[in-house]
This record gives sequence, C-alpha cells and structure tokens, in this order.
Amino acid sequence: MSILGTRVVRTEDPLFLTRGAVYTDDLTDERLTGALHATFIRSQVAHGRLLSVDTSAALEAPGVVAVVTAADVTDLVPIPPPFPFINAEMTRPWLASDRVRFVGDPIAVVLTEERYQGEDAAEMVVVDVDPLPAVVGTAAAAADEVLLFPEAGTNLMASFGDPAPADFFDGCEVVVTQALVNQRVAPVPLETRAAAAAWSPDGRLTAWCTNQGAQQARGQFGDWLEMDPDLIHLITPDVGGGFGAKIGADPEYAFIAWLAKHVGRPVRWAESRSENLVGMLHGRAQDQVVTIGGRRDGTVEAYSLVFDQDCGAYPRIGAVLPTLTMLMAPGVYAFPKVHAQGRALATTTTSIGAYRGAGRPEATAAVERAIDLFAAEIGMDPAEVRRKNLLPAFSEPHTTPMGATYDNGDYTVALDKALEAAGYEELRAEQARRREAGDVRQLGIGLSVYVEITGADNGAGTKEAAELEVHADGTATVLTGTSPHGQGHATSWAMIASDQLGIPVEKITVLHGDTDLVPQGGGTMGSRSLQQGGAAVHQAAEELIEEARRRAAERLEVDPTDLVVDLGLAGLAVRGTPGAAVSFAELAEDERLLVNTVFNADAPTFPFGAHVAVVELDVESGKAQLTRLVAVDDAGTIINPLIAEGQRHGGFAQGVAQALLEEVLYDEDGNPTTSTLADYPFVSATEVPSFELVDMATPTPMNPLGAKGIGEAGTIGATPAVQNAVIDAAAHLGVRHVDMPVTPMRVWRAIQQATHTQQQEGN
Amino acid sequence: MQVSITVNGEQRTDEVEPRLLLAHYLREVRGLRATNIGCDSTSCGACTVIVDGLSVKSCTVLTAQADGAQVTTLEGLTGADGELHPVQAAFRAEHGLQCGFCTPGMVMAAIGVLADNPDPTDREVREGLEGNLCRCTGYHNIVRAVLTAAQAGPAAGQVPQAQEVEA
Ligand code: FES
Ligand code: FES
Repeated sequence: MSILGTRVVRTEDPLFLTRGAVYTDDLTDERLTGALHATFIRSQVAHGRLLSVDTSAALEAPGVVAVVTAADVTDLVPIPPPFPFINAEMTRPWLASDRVRFVGDPIAVVLTEERYQGEDAAEMVVVDVDPLPAVVGTAAAAADEVLLFPEAGTNLMASFGDPAPADFFDGCEVVVTQALVNQRVAPVPLETRAAAAAWSPDGRLTAWCTNQGAQQARGQFGDWLEMDPDLIHLITPDVGGGFGAKIGADPEYAFIAWLAKHVGRPVRWAESRSENLVGMLHGRAQDQVVTIGGRRDGTVEAYSLVFDQDCGAYPRIGAVLPTLTMLMAPGVYAFPKVHAQGRALATTTTSIGAYRGAGRPEATAAVERAIDLFAAEIGMDPAEVRRKNLLPAFSEPHTTPMGATYDNGDYTVALDKALEAAGYEELRAEQARRREAGDVRQLGIGLSVYVEITGADNGAGTKEAAELEVHADGTATVLTGTSPHGQGHATSWAMIASDQLGIPVEKITVLHGDTDLVPQGGGTMGSRSLQQGGAAVHQAAEELIEEARRRAAERLEVDPTDLVVDLGLAGLAVRGTPGAAVSFAELAEDERLLVNTVFNADAPTFPFGAHVAVVELDVESGKAQLTRLVAVDDAGTIINPLIAEGQRHGGFAQGVAQALLEEVLYDEDGNPTTSTLADYPFVSATEVPSFELVDMATPTPMNPLGAKGIGEAGTIGATPAVQNAVIDAAAHLGVRHVDMPVTPMRVWRAIQQATHTQQQEGN
Repeated sequence: MQVSITVNGEQRTDEVEPRLLLAHYLREVRGLRATNIGCDSTSCGACTVIVDGLSVKSCTVLTAQADGAQVTTLEGLTGADGELHPVQAAFRAEHGLQCGFCTPGMVMAAIGVLADNPDPTDREVREGLEGNLCRCTGYHNIVRAVLTAAQAGPAAGQVPQAQEVEA
C-alpha cells in the first residue's frame, strides 16, 4: 500500500520536542562568536521632519561600540519600490534622514557587547522630530492633502482597473450596495524577526535570517547591498512561523549585514514583540464597496468590487495585493458581469505585506458578504442564493470574467457536503425556535463558499527545484527550494520519495534553506510548496529511477525495459527472474546516484471549499461565541492528512480571529494602540472550538501528484463564514451588516440602531 | 549577584545581573535555548517552564527570585533512555506542533494543566492553556494532544524527579 495519503507523524518532531528547534536567535554558530547586538531606535512619531539625532550620551553608555545614523550610511542607495508600476519616488531610506513616515520607522542603531546594554543605550539617543499631520486610513491618503513623499506629488502608489460603466446595473430588479472594512491585522508569527551576519576575510557574507525563502532573500540582499549574490551565503535556520510576513528579506536583515561590515564584527539582532508589532508587515487593510444586482428569484446579474488598499508608509507586497483581490473578485459564482477596481495608497503606518491568503481573503470576504446582503434584501435563504449562482461543476479549465483560469471544481457538492455535515436544516429550525421564543442567546449560521488561487507565479515562476541522492548506505537526501516553517516538508517530501523508491521515510533527510546547498528555489508562500516543490521531488525520484535503470541494465546485463522497481528491496529487479535484482544503494557504490531537476507547473491551481459557522450571540451584550466551524476544503490529492488538517486548523483560527477579534488600531495622530500582545487581541484557545473537517478531494491535472495548495484555505473560507454567522444571529432584529472584527460593542450598537430604526418605521 | 539554581537536575552557581530574567538566564547563561521568548508583555507563554513544581512564565521571573529553585525546561523532560514524556509523545502523535516556537512553553504549560487536573475536558484544557498562544495549530491538535496525554495517567502531569548532581 502506498504511504501517500497516510497519517505519518512528522520526522521533524523528535528534535523539536526534546531539544527545541534552532531559530535564528538560538544560533551558536562559531562564525558569530563575539557578535555585537543591534538595537534599533525607531520613530515614536507617525509623520514629521527629522531635525536631529543626538547620539553623544549613548556613545558613552556601557558596552556601546557604535551608534549608527543615516549620516553613516553613505554607500547604500535608498530601497526602490518592489514593483515597476509603483510611483518611483516612493523609496525607503535605510535609516530616516530628513523625514519619518510611521511609528516604527528606523532612525538609528546602537551596537553593544550585550543585549541588555542595547536597550539601555537606545534610551539615551535623543531624537528631535517636528511633527507633520498623520495620514491614517485610505480616505485621508486619497485626499492627497498631506503627502508622505512630496516629490511623488501624490499618496497614490498604484491604481488598477477602471470605473464601472454607468449602465452596469441597468435592468437589475434589485441592487444592494455596502461599504465593507477588511481591517488591518498583524500576522504575529510567534518568532519575531531576527537576523545575524558575519563577513569572512575574502569578502564573503554569511547571513542568517528568519524568512520564507532563502534564495529570494539572498537576491534582495544582493540588490540592496549591490553585491554579487554568489558572495552571499544565506541561511534560513528553523523559522517560528511566517504567514506571509516573512516572505523575502526585510530591510533590517540586510542592514544587519551592512552593520557587520561597518564595524568589522559579526552582528545579530532579534526584535522584541513591541518592535515586531510596529516593524513587521501587517496584513489586509482594504476599504471596500460592494454592489450586487440581480433578480428577485435569486439570480445575480452583476457584481462590482471597488476598493482602496492601505499600503502603509513604504511600498511592499501590499501594493500588489489589489491585483489578486481583483482576479478573485467573482469567486465561485457564475455572475455574467463582474467589475473590480482598486487603488494602492500610502499612509503613515506600518507597511502592508502578505498575510495568509494575501489578497484572496479580501475578495472572498467581499463577495460572500455581498451574497448575504443580496439574500437578505430579497428574503431568500443564503444557501439557496449561493446554489443558484454557483458555477456548475467543471473538469475542463474555466476562465472567469476577471481572466482567472480555474483548473477544476465542483462548488455545489462542496456546499452540499458542508450543509449536510453541519445539519443545516436542523440549525435553521433551532434558530427559528429561539427567535420565536425571544431567547437572549440567539443562533447564527454563516456560510461561505470559496475558490482561491495557489501556486501563482511569485516572481520566480511556477517552478521549483529538487535534488535527490541515494547513498551507498541505503539512506537518501532530498534538497528542496521550498522553505518550510511549520508545514512539515521534511516529512512529506520524504514520503513522496519513499513512495517511489521504497526507501523508508526515516532514512530520507530533507535539507533546505541554505543557498550554498540549494542555490535555486521559490520558497514557501502562496500555498505553492507541495504542488511545485513536492512535485519536483516526485519528478526527481522518477529521473533517479531512470538513471538507476540504465546502470542496473549494464550491471545485470539485461534490457532496461525488463527492470521494474522493487519497493521491498528499494531497487530494481528483473521481471520474472527471482533473485536478479540490485538495490539503489548498491548502484550508488561506484558512482554517486544523484539527480537534479526543476519541475515547472506552468499554471496555478484553484482549491475550493465551503464553510459553515455557528455562533451563539448574546443579544443583550453583543457577545458572540463561535460554537462550530464545519469545513469542506478541497485541495486535490492529500499526501499527509495529518499535516493537511493541521494547515486547515491553523488557518481557521486566524480566520476566526479576523472575523471576531483581531485588529491593528491607530489613533488619529498615527500612534499604534495595539503594539504589545497585551493590547493586540491575539486569538487564544478559549475563543475557538475544535473544528469539524469534511473531506473532499478533486485532483488537479496541473501536477503529477494531483495536489493543490492547502495553506491558506482556512483564512479564506472561515473569515466570511464567521462574520456572516454573527450578522445572521441578529438578522431578525434588522441587522444587515457589521464590520469586522464583529466585536460585542459593534454588534450591540448595530442591534440598538436596527431596533431603533424598526421602531421608527413602525410608528 | 550570586544565584544557585537547579535546572533539569543540574545545580550550578552563577554570577548574574539583578535584573536578568529567568528566561534569559536559561537561554544565555545555561545555554538551554528550547525555552523561547515571544513577547514582552507576559502574554504568550512561549517561555513557560516548571519552577518548583509549578508552571510559570520565565519572562516574569527574575533569576534572583529563582535562587535555590528547581527548574525544569523542555530539555529536561526526556528520560535518560530517550523516552519521550507522555506530553511530548502526545504532541508528536497528534501533530500538536507546526513551527515549534510555542511548543516548549506549551508542553510545560500542558504538564501544569494536567498536574492540576489529570482528567480535563476539552473546555478545561482550553481554559488552562489560555495564556499560551500558538499561531500555527489553531489549538485544535494541541487540545487533542493534552487529552491524549491525560490517558497516560499521573505521569503526564509530572516532571522527572530532579537529580542532585554529586558535588
Ligand atoms: S515571553 Fe514570557 S509570556 Fe511571552
Ligand atoms: S506551532 Fe507555531 S506557534 Fe505554535
């Protein structure tokens, strides 16, 4: 029986559970002996002119070796925008020189012998800033009254799409429009950012940093430090979570390398959580307007999504997310007309990057909310409205009005499975009973049906590299360009190789995250790893078998076509001749048995699913408790269900967190008010239930494994289901919409307002 | 100042700064880096260790306060024969960890939960672990792991007996 599809426990875990993983701040590498500790001094003001930075007192403090300001950084040019379509004036200085643009903007760095000394000395650096008005929120940014980059002449980083034609909704019996906030959230991987750097006398840099793809990070180091990437050895140690916020390198990482060169000693840096919550990229942050029109029989005829993406102070991945939101705007629906338009805007806040789902949760949240609004307007069950508008099952590629080509899907079955597992009819009956009785605790049932894009071209194409070697002692090594940080690739990639070669999983070592070992790779992001990196391992195993076949045919003096893989032996056997066989290990005795390959997927895949959320809402306090989350997530063939389920669970909790709890907040002066974990309402174990998972697997033809991405399904599907559930719980009181996070205060207010309106209408 | 602390059965005397946090002492002075630091507001629990039989957040304790104490960290859970503690074994079996950053603290906190309540419900495990944050697992498999560990009996709520090292 194939090992694929079985619940193999992770090979990573024994070390993680006994010695602990080795994260960047845990490194004891001898190249870092005597390393100085870097402590950044960051702006406490959202926007202002930087008048002076007085380092004299800090320089006298114990253990201080150097205090570096912008004046010292004469050999680096500011970082240009990461995409060609962004206003080119919006560059990022390494350290602020004349202007600060968000609370957290780096101004200076102290280098000390010991960590605690850095905190002491940092407090002695005196920064004088002449405040300018803050730009908080996309409306303020779009007004262009206060500019972050006066030389750019605008706060508009980029603009995508055109307005809808004036007659777009003509002929619709019903048109509903609603402004939605897809709020800013903080990714909060439990490991904060950290980096270390050491130079060797020959001018080679060894850099360690916590990231989601060493090769991409090395490329950025090379660009920014104007170095030949071959002179950079970038190592990704164990990584304590990324969620998109650790894609590529952060400027601080490369700056640690610059500092090490500047002072001629190794330097290391690990930020505190409060630094992380202002310094690391945030996610989401879209202000949307949805408009949906159609017939009273439930048929939707036209849908429009117009939105502004808050990008924060400096352009990062956030500036390109509108394109993904637009691409996925119609989701699973067969809307005849779809319109989407987005703008990317600069504000005096932390920059926005990718956060689990990155642009797609925003699209799904919008359309799933729109469907519910439409259903409420025409008085139809939201499940029924969805069913009427879902794309029919398709097994040949389907191209949407937004130009996405979905590989395959059966959305109706996904919805039906979710409804059935949830017991939808009984839930509605129970809801009716509680409404009738006027219970304080009302039941809310929320739905979402989603499709997402995974394995999209992330700049490195839709391909991934793998190297596979079988050693003479019967073990094997896999080198991969993916960059696991919790996803269990060491286990799954070993399973894929084992399945074809017969070498047990325990004997297969998977290596990654070291650019000397693996120079090419796309990293782990966008739910790409299995369908590209896993498929590359599969392809490598096939190629290795062919090489082994050639050698075995010579050795056994048979025709290569007479040889078959003998999994029990982990080698090749002559068909029909018992005893005539040779193992892969033996074939590696005289000459290394090794292949290098690149798998190219050519195109992304489109996993899909349906979620049903059930909440109990206390209509007097407005507090909602999520009691159930039932999820169908179809990501094609599953290699390791244990790991795939874990990916779903984690995404669900983050989705629930966005729907109910988490939000990064700024006051009107641009001061963050959620910059510690005491203030940021990170979801805890008591706020989520155990999840109910339903299986569905529609293999994709896009790769030989049949696998689609599973990493982001949870945040895409769960968020709107939970938001819809809370609103549904108060629907009978007249509540049609509450923005996320649907906090008790917001729900309570919405109920008060709706009741008030109903009373007035009753008079 | 001087402190004498037994960590995972090994007693040592060290000269430390009065303000040194126990978490930093364990990591940097004792070189035990499984214990992680995930916040600066005593919110995340990544730093949880067992001090004199109680699970505590080691970022809230000054090293000086632990003078004379018995401390157990993740590294001290495994038996000499390499056998996993019931909570470690359950975390592996139930896939209760992904990136592993919350794990050392979560495992120690779970032992604390089981010490207080050897046969908890799903809800009680969740309440017991409320102060330990995990971004990867959605808590689902962590809760399952703790419930699984509970089936191993009282050993799941205990740390290995501290062994005095011979002077
Ligand atoms: S590091 Fe101790 S609670 Fe977060
Ligand atoms: S396993 Fe990553 S934070 Fe818990």
